[in-house]
Amino acid sequence: MKVDVRLFAVARDLAGSDFISLELPAGSTVAQLRARLSAEIPALAGVLPHILIAVGSDYVRDDAIIPAGSEVACIPPVSGG
Amino acid sequence: MVEITTAPIDTEVLLRQVGSPQAGAVVLFLGTTREFTRGRQTGSLDYECYPEMAQKKLEELEQQAQARWLLTGCAIVHRIGHLEIGEASVAVAVSTPHRQAAFEAGQWLIDTLKQIVPIWKKENWADGESQWVHPGLDVSPTLPATGSGN
Repeated sequence: MKVDVRLFAVARDLAGSDFISLELPAGSTVAQLRARLSAEIPALAGVLPHILIAVGSDYVRDDAIIPAGSEVACIPPVSGG
Repeated sequence: MVEITTAPIDTEVLLRQVGSPQAGAVVLFLGTTREFTRGRQTGSLDYECYPEMAQKKLEELEQQAQARWLLTGCAIVHRIGHLEIGEASVAVAVSTPHRQAAFEAGQWLIDTLKQIVPIWKKENWADGESQWVHPGLDVSPTLPATGSGN
């Protein structure tokens, strides 16, 4: 399945793009997504442990399965307010 | 009512929105852009958000506050884009029948917003460097003119 991952703030700057399209096996978990992100964008590897993953605008754990067609995003530590 | 906007925050509008004949207290919190952080001078700030998720999380915060305290009014506005020093970046207004709940709800809302809502600020330091603020993450500064996003 194709997964478009949106990138924000420092993640976007490090990647040089505001999204990346990944081809993942159906039923992939967030942990597998993280591994692919590290491999595809080595510049992200150092900050990924600090980045939360959102699926469908909710934070999810690493063992969550990514439903096909869902919107996925990398959320670096937030600093609003 | 929750809103993410690039426009300056109009506190008069917020206070009208949370006003109610049942309210005996209105608390308005404003977060404003600070010139000095740990001794270093800020020239300006840029805020960006993940719009769909930030809107959803703000709405959830409002609903959770409504469930936890008996609010007679609630409004949360976060500004994004470019802000100069001293401008309000965020406003939380709540009204309740009695003041203790208004203070508690207002504090909970701003504290929780800062922990979970996907909004980020970039410090444009007065010395020319710019730097995303990511608590717990040591982010290298960048030189200006790399594009700030919004």
